[in-house]
Amino acid sequence: MNQEKIITVNNLTKEFGSFTAVDGISFDVYKGEIFGFLGANGAGKTTAIKMLIGISKPTSGEALVAGFDVKTHAEMVKKSIGYMSQKFSMYDDLTIKENITFFGGIYGLSRAKIKEKTTQLIQDLNLQDVADKLVKALPLGWKQKLSFSVALLHEPKIVFLDEPTGGVDPITRRQFWEMIYAEAHKGTTLFVTTHYMDEAEYCDRVSIMVEGKIEALDSPKNLKQKYNVDSMNDVFLKLARNVE
Amino acid sequence: MKTIIFIIQKEFRQIFRDKGMLPIIFILPLIQLLILSNAASFEVQNIKFSYIDHDHSAASRELISKFQASKSFKIVNQFNTKEEANIEMQKGNVDIILEIPTHFERNLITEKATTLSVSINAIDGASAGVENVYISQIIGTYNQKTQSQLFQYNDGTFVSPQNIVTIPSFWYNNTLNYKTYMVPGILVLLVTMITLFLSSMNIVREKEIGTLEQINVTPIKKHQFIIGKLFPFWILGLVILSIGLLIAKFVFNVPMLGSLVLIYAFTSIYLLVILGIGIFISNHSDTQQQAMFIAWFFMVIFLLMSGLFTPIESMPHWAQNITLFNPIRYFVEIIRMVMLKGATFSDITTQFSIITGYAIVLNTLAVLSYKKVN
Amino acid sequence: MKRFIGFVTKEFYHIFRDKRTMFILFGMPMVQIMLFGFAITNEVNNVNIAIFDQSKDSETQQIINKISASKYFKIESQITHEAQIESIFRTGKVKAVLVFEKDFIQNLQNKKTAKVQVITDATDPNMANTITNYINAILQNYSQEINTNSKPLYQIQTQTQLYYNPELKSVFTFVPGVMTIILMLVSAMMTSISITREKEMGTMEVLLVSPIKPFQVVIGKVFPYIFLSIINATIILLLGIFVFKMPIEGSLFLLALESILFIITALSLGILISTIAQSQQTAMMFSLAGLMLPVIILSGFIFPISSMPVPLQIISNIIPAKWFIIIIKAIMLKGATIHTIWKETLILIGMTLFFIAVSIKKYKIRLE
Repeated sequence: MNQEKIITVNNLTKEFGSFTAVDGISFDVYKGEIFGFLGANGAGKTTAIKMLIGISKPTSGEALVAGFDVKTHAEMVKKSIGYMSQKFSMYDDLTIKENITFFGGIYGLSRAKIKEKTTQLIQDLNLQDVADKLVKALPLGWKQKLSFSVALLHEPKIVFLDEPTGGVDPITRRQFWEMIYAEAHKGTTLFVTTHYMDEAEYCDRVSIMVEGKIEALDSPKNLKQKYNVDSMNDVFLKLARNVE
Repeated sequence: MKTIIFIIQKEFRQIFRDKGMLPIIFILPLIQLLILSNAASFEVQNIKFSYIDHDHSAASRELISKFQASKSFKIVNQFNTKEEANIEMQKGNVDIILEIPTHFERNLITEKATTLSVSINAIDGASAGVENVYISQIIGTYNQKTQSQLFQYNDGTFVSPQNIVTIPSFWYNNTLNYKTYMVPGILVLLVTMITLFLSSMNIVREKEIGTLEQINVTPIKKHQFIIGKLFPFWILGLVILSIGLLIAKFVFNVPMLGSLVLIYAFTSIYLLVILGIGIFISNHSDTQQQAMFIAWFFMVIFLLMSGLFTPIESMPHWAQNITLFNPIRYFVEIIRMVMLKGATFSDITTQFSIITGYAIVLNTLAVLSYKKVN
Repeated sequence: MKRFIGFVTKEFYHIFRDKRTMFILFGMPMVQIMLFGFAITNEVNNVNIAIFDQSKDSETQQIINKISASKYFKIESQITHEAQIESIFRTGKVKAVLVFEKDFIQNLQNKKTAKVQVITDATDPNMANTITNYINAILQNYSQEINTNSKPLYQIQTQTQLYYNPELKSVFTFVPGVMTIILMLVSAMMTSISITREKEMGTMEVLLVSPIKPFQVVIGKVFPYIFLSIINATIILLLGIFVFKMPIEGSLFLLALESILFIITALSLGILISTIAQSQQTAMMFSLAGLMLPVIILSGFIFPISSMPVPLQIISNIIPAKWFIIIIKAIMLKGATIHTIWKETLILIGMTLFFIAVSIKKYKIRLE
């Protein structure tokens, strides 16, 4: 594996008043890997992601994403990343094509490029029949895949996926992960949060966050060995239980 | 620039796709302009007039016939006693009670003086004031007429009084047509209302839906985003203004003495002020409900302090100073000056510079208040 | 019932926790009533006028002194050419120009008649008319003074009594008006928004599948706003009474009941809007853009309804605010009892029932 660091996080902290949501986390992410970012609800995953993608200012510590400091060069960071939030955030009242055009446009793609990308994307996702339908009408799984593809439109170096598969059926989840693999294959780095532990097994490396701190970080295989259990689920339960 | 066009395109698509909103944006204001302009008038007409004639003389009948002849009064009843009349006034069926005393005519001739009593329902202070003026005018003319008639009986005492005659002359609107005054004002208000409400809901709506976060992770520049958001509403405002001006011209016959270019130039800047306020509110709100509430709060104050319905000159000094901060005030003033009086650019430079200053400050605030990072 | 109370409590929390909305909800009526009560009047005061005196004699000087001594007028400038009239009007600095003819004093003494032309900027017809009347009155007064040695021989004197509002205070009209607008918009707008919000967020479905009955959901949503509106109405009335010295001739109890009735009317209108509107945006634009101006203009708050063209007088009947304004004015200023205002009260009740009936019907259709 290529060991070039693409994300470097050092002692990153976010406080909301007296509450510390993210408590001095440090880790590196390597280029081209699928990095699983795990944690229970409220462990601070989303807050951490928001700092990495430059929409939340860290209280202290630093993070370099694609070579840029998120504190001082957030806008440069944004050029190099794609983001898919846990809440579906395409425009419901626009069609698939219109959404693609819009997001392509604000990432600065040319009209010709957008056109090309649109055709390709619609073909890849098999959306020909509904390309001119409002996004509102799509089933959740398709919306999810569409969001992912839109996050990739401008060919970012890193893509952040915040619980991308929440609420979809196992088959769609499977397909979704195939898309993730395909993308990783192209050399894109994927930063994924999830609370499906079976999904954690698909990652190259996973970190587990508990109460604002990173409690473990390694490949799924090593983690299972270390805690002497059979599945990531048990790793997770063990770590979470320690806190209680 | 290219990025801005993509935002504009998207905003327009969303506006025109919402079939529930379109009539509210375009039809509602125009219907209101058509209907409400007819209602907004301080003219006092159809005054419900009643009388109690205790005299039943030629003189009393003549006086009553004067009221009958006036088109402002509508004789609704004749009462026998004051008590009866008072009950009707309490119920709101009667505005005026004229009571003619017994021996009205005899006193006029023999004692050379007599008294009439008039009761006015003053629950609406302003109308009552006007009614009072009308009544004194009618009684005044009657007075003068009886004087000259009676003079001829005793011409020995006749002295021609010195008289100052007032010749009224109503410029710009010699028929005192209220609509020419209200239509431009109401148009201003509708343009303002629609653009302010739409813009103040816009960004916070994306915040609520979650799409704003998606925008915030893109490298889009703040000013690109704000300009892209403003522009469609700016166009919308100008479209509503244009339709409204057509209605003013062809339905209400409002004159257009000044330059149309001047009106459009002013509106273009003015809309930036309103949209700036709207976006500023939107950026500072967490929910659409909050945004609407704040927008509404300012709208009502702007509206009632704009001189649209009630004259600014009559306000106390401190209140007049407050109106200096009210953008609607300037637009109402200017559209009336330009349309009805043919004011030129040199007449309205002050208002122009104030509104331009306003536009710069507010739009800077709008851009600054949009936070991509929390 | 217990469930229902729990639900209402949740709604209260929702509203009271939002400090900003609370601030606006209570601050706004206060600011508005103070501002409008003090500032807004359609009386004519301190009007700037200009004088074009072509005679400049002792007589015209006296008249000018009279005029500038009155509280209605302020002499802004003296002009010397006819052409200046046009330009001074265009800048909007003055509303009227008084033109004294040449040889004013000679004409008055020899021909017994002298002329003053009152040129008004009639873009505002009401203003122009009032100015003309006031100036006319001042001049007539002055004529009588100079004719002291030859008093008119016969005279009818008028004794005028102004009922209910002897000082012709316009604040007596504005306080009920502002109160009505605020109650109407707060109640109708807030309910329609809070219900459509649940729809938009998808939480309405959650509530509808819960064991709480649909009408309980709606009542639960509306209940806190009834409470808020009552507090608002109380604040406004207290300000009206203590700050603006509005009388309460009638029964306070009746006033309270009628206010609650009106609040319920407005809330049921809000519910109706929310059954029609699919998004918060539509609900808001409808209650704001659609209700604000009609309520202000057609309710008789500012413009007298009886002077409107007949079709508009008919339309004004469907504005609930119109009836409520009649009711409060009658109770506060005239001391009316239910005997005089039962008709208006019935109309409001009828409207409320109508709004509720239509809403129920609409809800049923959707649920089927």
